[in-house]
Amino acid sequence: MTPLSKIRNFSIVAHIDHGKSTLADRLIQSTNTVADRDMKEQLLDSMDIERERGITIKANTVRIDYKANDGETYVLNLIDTPGHVDFAYEVSRSMRAVEGSLLVVDASQGVEAQTLANVYTAIEADHEIVPVLNKVDLPAAEPERVAEQIEDVIGIDASDACLISAKTGIGIPDVLEAIVNRLPPPHEGEVDAPLKAMLVDSWYDAYLGVIVLVRIVDGVLKKGMRVKFMANGTLHHVDRVGVFRPEMQAVDQLGPGELGFLTASIKQVRDTRVGDTITNDRNGVTEALPGFKPAQPVVFCGLFPVDSAEFEDMRDAIEKLALNDASFSFEMETSAALGFGFRCGFLGLLHLEVIRDRIEREYNIDLITTAPSVIYHVYMRDGEMIELHNPADMPDPSKIDHLEEPRIKATILVPDEYLGDVLKLCQERRGIQEDLTYAGTRAMVVYDLPLNEVVFDFYDRLKSVTKGYASFDYQMTGYRQDNLVKMQILVNDEPVDALSVMVHRDRAELRGRAMCEKLKDLIPRHMFKIPIQAAIGGKVIARETLAALRKDVTAKCYGGDATRKKKLLEKQKAGKKKMRQFGRVDIPQEAFISALKMDG
Amino acid sequence: MPCANSLRPVLIEDWRHGGFGLYTHWPFCEAKCPYCDFNSHVSRQIDQTRWRDAYLKEIDRVGALTRGRVLDTVFFGGGTPSLMDPETVHAILERVRRTWPMRNDPEITLEANPSSVEARRFRGYAEAGVNRVSLGVQALNDDDLRLLGRLHSVAEARQAFDIARDHFDRVSFDLIYARQNQSLAQWEAELREALSMAVDHLSMYQLTIEQGTAFGDRYNAGKLRGLPEDDVSADMYERTQEICEAAGLPAYEVSNHARPGAESRHNLIYWRYGDYVGIGPGAHGRLTLNGQKIATEAWKSPDAWLKNVDQATPDRVHRSVSSQDAVGELIMMGLRVNDGIDIERIRQFGPHAGFDAAVQELTDLGMLQIADGRIQTTPSGRMVLNAVVERLLPDQ
Repeated sequence: MTPLSKIRNFSIVAHIDHGKSTLADRLIQSTNTVADRDMKEQLLDSMDIERERGITIKANTVRIDYKANDGETYVLNLIDTPGHVDFAYEVSRSMRAVEGSLLVVDASQGVEAQTLANVYTAIEADHEIVPVLNKVDLPAAEPERVAEQIEDVIGIDASDACLISAKTGIGIPDVLEAIVNRLPPPHEGEVDAPLKAMLVDSWYDAYLGVIVLVRIVDGVLKKGMRVKFMANGTLHHVDRVGVFRPEMQAVDQLGPGELGFLTASIKQVRDTRVGDTITNDRNGVTEALPGFKPAQPVVFCGLFPVDSAEFEDMRDAIEKLALNDASFSFEMETSAALGFGFRCGFLGLLHLEVIRDRIEREYNIDLITTAPSVIYHVYMRDGEMIELHNPADMPDPSKIDHLEEPRIKATILVPDEYLGDVLKLCQERRGIQEDLTYAGTRAMVVYDLPLNEVVFDFYDRLKSVTKGYASFDYQMTGYRQDNLVKMQILVNDEPVDALSVMVHRDRAELRGRAMCEKLKDLIPRHMFKIPIQAAIGGKVIARETLAALRKDVTAKCYGGDATRKKKLLEKQKAGKKKMRQFGRVDIPQEAFISALKMDG
Repeated sequence: MPCANSLRPVLIEDWRHGGFGLYTHWPFCEAKCPYCDFNSHVSRQIDQTRWRDAYLKEIDRVGALTRGRVLDTVFFGGGTPSLMDPETVHAILERVRRTWPMRNDPEITLEANPSSVEARRFRGYAEAGVNRVSLGVQALNDDDLRLLGRLHSVAEARQAFDIARDHFDRVSFDLIYARQNQSLAQWEAELREALSMAVDHLSMYQLTIEQGTAFGDRYNAGKLRGLPEDDVSADMYERTQEICEAAGLPAYEVSNHARPGAESRHNLIYWRYGDYVGIGPGAHGRLTLNGQKIATEAWKSPDAWLKNVDQATPDRVHRSVSSQDAVGELIMMGLRVNDGIDIERIRQFGPHAGFDAAVQELTDLGMLQIADGRIQTTPSGRMVLNAVVERLLPDQ
């Protein structure tokens, strides 16, 4: 067991591309935690999607043994956290499990959007923060200016920031010393007290069952113990206790202040509530840790297999993914156009994309994703209230009294020069300004916005109008009545239910026109012309016509070409099978999402 | 004993709808054209004797497989067959005549480059028995000829054309249009000039960017500029049909125009899905043997082909074509020509379950028409033939 004074638990806060993963790699490498031959880039990002997109989705941890300049050996526990707003919830709970943060800022780029939201989360969690300026070896690096900016914008002292290049290894020893000397050891912890451990995260492993990431507050966690999960009172026999280096390594026990894992033959992630307190089955603590409220899905969409024969495989894939992700919900859905699929709930749009990509890649199932939606409250004339997750289920309008939609309080931090564009964007999305204040050259605006205007591409648009210099966070505030209607899209006079959306009546023409124009570009030309219409009830509010295909013929086709040209046509035909047929029209899958994107 | 792959007895003679021809591939060129994806190679040294012997050996082999069949046509394609010694052509045709009984007026075509050097060999080819040449004129504009990588000039091409007319009954030439920076008006003028030269046959191909060619690479790199927009090339195609028809050379196939009766009989064998043997590097064949349609494909590289001919294994591919694939090929090829396909013939192969519905749908759309028991493309159907054929092919 490691004495508290020799433990340092920390996370790294950084904007995408500022070098968080590289720094983590370097810390692991320079302490010989991983042999050089096993080293690979972005060691902690274990999923392909994480490596490819350069994002972290699940929290990961690694335990590093470090012999400091004072001659003592310290145990450093790093928790790597996701940076995206969809996963803000995971960030905040991971931060509650550690005492300090490294704030990594690119010395040429300066403080950027995501840094802010996460560093404030760290400050809220009472972290000590060590600023680290990365990429100081680049010609464009301006460490003094960036240090000043950190002081101005974030309000923390950056005079003794570590100057490093994670890529070349410059300054890494200073970072390790700063972790030991400037970050505090765990604040409390009694070895002899009853076990009190925080359930930080959990995920499913095919061999070991659910793996539970824990932070020990008091007492000792040992293999063979019986423990109680206080939230639901379940008892478990601990099969295994260990740490991450970053692969799993069994240890005899974990003591106060330590981070590690346990396994206890738990079948489902759902049985482990994040933020729960784990204690002894007998004579345990009576007062649980404060805990977190569970993350609720706020964005819903339909996922359908392109090949309806793959529905059962898809069910299997979804169930497996849900085992590992308690914030993801699903129920079966039938669509007239798309057949059998699932209506799924997500924390946000990135979460949606991640789950969809994982089903497609890890389970090799092609999917059609329908327009994202939120939960509307439909008040019927007879007084009943229906929760509407899917515009396709909209009841007969003559029986509806009114509709309510979810609203959010959005907080946006943005450099002064982009403020005008941000205000314009929020106005366009039916926002109501609640507050506008300045912190240095940064404005902080608070808007009351309808969630349905935000779920789709608000974050993308915000990033694009502010060149990434805005940070954005939101909280659900409640429901409010508004003039909402269901808009249908008709392709070649056939309604495509998967493209139905709920819109505000005043914005319907604009949205309808935009969708029809998009679809006109997304649907390939057919042998006949195709009208594309947007309609509310029976009334067409926008219309485009996709002209017929004029020419598509192979100029030369002789005896030697027959085999190859026929294969080519067969391949094209197979490609069309990946599209969805509505009447006689083939609609490519990407149309179901792309048609909704609102440009400029 | 019928085996699983064999065609039903009635199909054993199906090839007779198209006839029987011999294709001979000469794989060498002076230079590789940037648009060409045919099997052609540039070689400074060609051992004509060795090549002649290999072709003769091949004729003996395929002759033994098709004994007694009447040969309708011979076609020398390439590559550039006008680089062959007239003696080589002579030896091949002599062996052909010894191998198969030939119809009374066989069509014997040779593809030629319209250069002065090659025009000097025309007399020799004619004496060897060639009675039709197809000249790769490609453009009537010197700048564009250079862009297309052609080595001849317009003046040279006209001269070669005149020499060819002196030696051969039938002379056709090829043009490539919808070229870089070509306007509809420019093409119309060039087409009218071509028609004033033409005897009775013209092939006009819209420039197609094929992968694996120099143009393909340039196109992929975004460096092939000035290609006409889709609508412009569609206009060019339509105008070409109108102008040629008015000049008495209507289209009988997607890219081929002829005075009635002057169609290329050899190429019609392909489009009518007859039998053809292919010899020479990379040559393809379709041959009905013992009740099975066999697809063959010879080794592509000249050296590999020569070696394999020595070992009596000239074909890299030798496989039977299933009924399903045969009907697909029949449709893809047959709908290219005006008179289309005999519906009964398709029935004999047993089309897939959705075929009739697809035909009905395409007929309703005005892409197909049924006349005299034949399925034919309409002019608009012909322009989107790929989409039409795709619709008619079975789901995989």
